[in-house]
Amino acid sequence: MTTLVAPVAASAAIPHPYRVVARRVDTYDTVTLELAHDIGPLPAFAAGQFAMLTAYGIGEVPISVSGVVDTGDGRARRLVHTLRAVGAVTNALHATQPGGVVGVRGPYGTPWDERSAAGRDVVVVAGGIGLAPLRPVIRAVAAERARYGRLAVLVGARTPADLLFAEELSRFGGNDVEVRVTVDRPDDGWTGHVGVVTTLLAGARVDPANSVAFVCGPDVMMRFTAQALVAQGIPAERVRVSLERNMRCGVGWCGHCQLGPVLICRDGPVVDWARAEPLMNVREL
Amino acid sequence: MTDEVTTRVSSHPVFTHLTGDQLATLAGEGTPVAYAPGERIFAEGGPADRFWLVDAGSVALDMRVPGRGDQIVETLIGGTLLGWSWLHAPYRWHFGAVAREATTTIAFDAVSVRRRCDADPAFGYAILQSFTPVIVQRLQATRLRVLDLYASPAQAGRAGATP
Repeated sequence: MTTLVAPVAASAAIPHPYRVVARRVDTYDTVTLELAHDIGPLPAFAAGQFAMLTAYGIGEVPISVSGVVDTGDGRARRLVHTLRAVGAVTNALHATQPGGVVGVRGPYGTPWDERSAAGRDVVVVAGGIGLAPLRPVIRAVAAERARYGRLAVLVGARTPADLLFAEELSRFGGNDVEVRVTVDRPDDGWTGHVGVVTTLLAGARVDPANSVAFVCGPDVMMRFTAQALVAQGIPAERVRVSLERNMRCGVGWCGHCQLGPVLICRDGPVVDWARAEPLMNVREL
Repeated sequence: MTDEVTTRVSSHPVFTHLTGDQLATLAGEGTPVAYAPGERIFAEGGPADRFWLVDAGSVALDMRVPGRGDQIVETLIGGTLLGWSWLHAPYRWHFGAVAREATTTIAFDAVSVRRRCDADPAFGYAILQSFTPVIVQRLQATRLRVLDLYASPAQAGRAGATP
């Protein structure tokens, strides 16, 4: 086995080789990969930031971090990414087995900054694969319940088979955390809620005037969710969304991910709704 | 009992368009009703002679599909209105409704409320202003589901458009 060297930053454009040390199948099309290299600490990823992951010989995609694992030896941690197989690159990454190598660049972008919500109620609203970038936020807030007010986690999925981290969500539900899950299309065994995730907002046991919301999912879902949250009384500045655009360089050089005056890779992906709303309502953007 | 209903109706944001007198009129048509988990509230095709303010709990709207039984099309949580088929002819439920858990409601005599709406257009308009936002929200939610936002590109017929 070859040794993978630490990511000494020769260039922000060069991916560093990481080994897949664990692979968990989350759903029929989604896996969570734990990545590590052999020497030195990992770069410090924060919840909400993303890495450019390379499937060598195929291409590169931006994938948000869905966790950082401390292996307990104080030296190495594992980078955790949850990805859905939807195209050539993600199909290749999805198929990478433990021992396989993928390229990593990052961390890039703005974090959720969940610690700035200390003392307030926290509302997490996730749609589909959007739960993955929010998972570290849920974990952090659930791990420090005294630091925050109430925590409501509202999750929408296409079908029960598409629901991510179902077991973990049920564990959160027993830790003074309100967890509600809804699906668009129930199957015969589904006994939970049915409908879009916005229908769960009214029942969340939080004080809107003293809440911070973290929202991630498809653009349209985020737009409707953010509008509903603001209508309930959460200031737009305290509604954070994670925007997704076609990112290439990851560092604001190429402009592929430009959304008006915002370069999503550099100024996002996490932005507050006060900034995002005027941009998301422009058809040409 | 009427005082309790009046308090619950008056404090509910759904009815903010109603004046004090209109709230009292509406409350006079309401009765607290609780449903046990699994209890059917109304059945598809039945007479739409009541509507409910769901206080707590949740309700599943369903439709009988031949060969598949009662299929849930949507769930409603506490704090919303249940039932609007009473507003328009033929006054029959288009879907059924079942309590998913212990559910507390105020049930209103829809036939009597409709009669009051006909007799007092201002009251009728205030009732419509209460129901219309709920109907619009449900319509928008349904449209979002039709968009199938969480579908993969392949499921949405856009294979090859995503890395």
